[in-house]
Amino acid sequence: MSSENFQQSRTPPIATTGLLGWIRLNLFSSWFNSILTILVIYLLYQILVPFLNWSIFAADFTHNYLGQQIIDRTFCTRVMDPEIGGACWAIIFVRFYQFIYGFYPVEEVWRVNIVYSLLVIAVAPLLIEKFPLRKYFLYFTLIFPIIAYFLLAGGFGLAHVSTKDWGGLLVTLVLGFTGIALAFPLGIVLALGRRSNLPVISMVCTLFIEFIRGVPLITLLFFGMVMLPLFLPEGITLDGLVRCLIAVTLFQGAYMAEVIRGGLQAIPQGQYEAAQSVGLSYWQMNRKIILPQAIRITIPSIVNTSIGLFKDTTLVLIVGQLDLLGIGRAVLAAQTWMGLSIEVYVFVAVVFIIFTFSMSRYSLYLEKKLKTGINMGAD
Amino acid sequence: MRSNFNFFSDQKFRSLFYQVLVVGLFALGIYYLTITTAYNLEKRNIATGWSFLNNPAGFDISFSPFLDFKSTDTHLKVYYVGVLNTLLVSFTGCIAATFLGFIVGIIRLSNNWLLSRTAYVYVEFCRNVPLILQIILWYSILLLMPRIKQAIELVNGFFITNRGLYSPRPIYESGFSIVFFVFIVGIIASIWISKWAKKRQERTGQRYPVLWTSLGLIILLPLIIFFLLGSPMTFEYPVLKGFNFKGGMVIRPEFIAMFLALSIYTGAFISETVRSGILSVTKGQREASAALGLKPTWIMRLIIIPQALRVIIPPLTSQYLNLTKNSSLGIAVGYADLVHGFGGISLNQTGQAIECMVITMATYLCISLIISFFMNIYNRSIQFKEK
Repeated sequence: MSSENFQQSRTPPIATTGLLGWIRLNLFSSWFNSILTILVIYLLYQILVPFLNWSIFAADFTHNYLGQQIIDRTFCTRVMDPEIGGACWAIIFVRFYQFIYGFYPVEEVWRVNIVYSLLVIAVAPLLIEKFPLRKYFLYFTLIFPIIAYFLLAGGFGLAHVSTKDWGGLLVTLVLGFTGIALAFPLGIVLALGRRSNLPVISMVCTLFIEFIRGVPLITLLFFGMVMLPLFLPEGITLDGLVRCLIAVTLFQGAYMAEVIRGGLQAIPQGQYEAAQSVGLSYWQMNRKIILPQAIRITIPSIVNTSIGLFKDTTLVLIVGQLDLLGIGRAVLAAQTWMGLSIEVYVFVAVVFIIFTFSMSRYSLYLEKKLKTGINMGAD
Repeated sequence: MRSNFNFFSDQKFRSLFYQVLVVGLFALGIYYLTITTAYNLEKRNIATGWSFLNNPAGFDISFSPFLDFKSTDTHLKVYYVGVLNTLLVSFTGCIAATFLGFIVGIIRLSNNWLLSRTAYVYVEFCRNVPLILQIILWYSILLLMPRIKQAIELVNGFFITNRGLYSPRPIYESGFSIVFFVFIVGIIASIWISKWAKKRQERTGQRYPVLWTSLGLIILLPLIIFFLLGSPMTFEYPVLKGFNFKGGMVIRPEFIAMFLALSIYTGAFISETVRSGILSVTKGQREASAALGLKPTWIMRLIIIPQALRVIIPPLTSQYLNLTKNSSLGIAVGYADLVHGFGGISLNQTGQAIECMVITMATYLCISLIISFFMNIYNRSIQFKEK
């Protein structure tokens, strides 16, 4: 064929490009797919429309349909007229303080606000690798728990606030972050112990890990509540929140240990041998050679385990601690707001989704970064 | 040997020293704990020993489908009821979660964008909300169902109320055991036939309609016997009398909430393991089987799933373990499982915290070990066998 006859390639059929093509390819590629798509659209319509209507369009936020400000359940549109009323979010607005701070005294609440802001400053450099002056900020992260403790509980001239008055998001975050921060070192120790050459130490650690992983967290919380006081000598009583924290930390430590053990097993034997041959001691070898590598590759799993811990903190409501969900239940128990349970639970669920979903996104991001990092190392 | 030999630089001595130290500290700790605990127990007048198990419990359990429980029964029976309830919700939950997980896992890989996105949203929502919140949420939705007086009748004899799902109760008459026996024989015969058919196919290449034969043996044959014997099973229908239903049986909202929440929550996790398992099968496998001319459903069933199962089973086992342990959250809605009935109410009534907690924890450990044991056997049977 001569070059004069060379034809320009034709434009692809309209039905395979652009929005139309995308719809055809992804939604209506075959008759079976088309039926599925229509079925899903129908189902979503059936579920989403009533839900959106209930949660937004027919819902009360601060005022009801008569324009009155809602101060208790009797003002809610859905209580006054169940036919037209949707969700009554006023319960969240009115009780917002309790949800965030619990029963923390109002005049001292600035301390909690400072802790919340410092928490952001303490956590940000941990998560962001390119944080400016990261090294110095990490020192702050180390001493942050001490500052937070004195700010929240009192001391150094600040009035004492009993942990009984803590509640809501505050308790959830305290349990979550302290649990993670304590479980991490415990997990490292247990993982190293389980892999130890010394049979007795390895056996003790294995037994501990397997025992904790074999029982539900709730039994450990009960253990902390009803059995721990029996084990302690007379005169020593532990705060309820601390007892929960012990149970949560032990539980999470065992799971963390297994994650870290997975990382330790992934380190090639040559690394151990090389470290020993340059004369490093056991602790030097682990601290300088093995653990940095093992932890680096397990960070995504560590974050995932931490998400589990964060969700598990809600269990403390069963032993009477008022975390976010516990406060919700306490608010609902009052006569003034009875019957608005769905609103409260949906709100608590949304708060948890914000935290856990961003954590899981972060873990995915790390996983991706780690993969490219390892590939680059191999090149 | 140097004269100033330091024992501590000898590795054998050092490791022995550390281990003796650990054992010593451990023993000391146990000794110390025993003394303090004994002192504390005596001071608080708490009895010890296991005799409380034979004392009457003095409380009622609303949900006990297997054992008939009265408040005069012993704490030991509370324990049995609790274990059975835990096993019931765990077992049904595991089955439902597996089905849901496999379906959603496959849907997430569907090339239908809307379908896979919907599945993704479900997975993310259910994984990121604490389970206990989901249980409570389901429970409060179930409590919003109409009262007994306004019960919704689904189909004949099934009523939805805020006190649970009422349904007809089967009453077995004399000949029913024969039908049941035939049913069991049918299952055994089907297993045997499928093994035989597989062997025959490997030998001769001929296929045998295993599915239809099995269906006939398991369902049709018992049905025929059932009608030949003159239907030895009748139903007792729930009837509204006064403020409550008489007759029939009821599935309590506590159980339904637990079942829904556990299976939906764990199903979301299982779907992720199923998805990653299917993705772990290399693309070449799919392409090769397509090149051989297999239908897409066959590719899935004969090529992809068997290979994916090797990756799926270990994490699936831990999901089953998690579900069983999570069933202890029934206490949040008053489901009378092991933790709520025995570890909760019995413990509070008798005050014997140590005994109750030890029994509860030991039971969970046993259940966990049994599940791992059977799943490990199954796992070994499906792993790649090198010849």
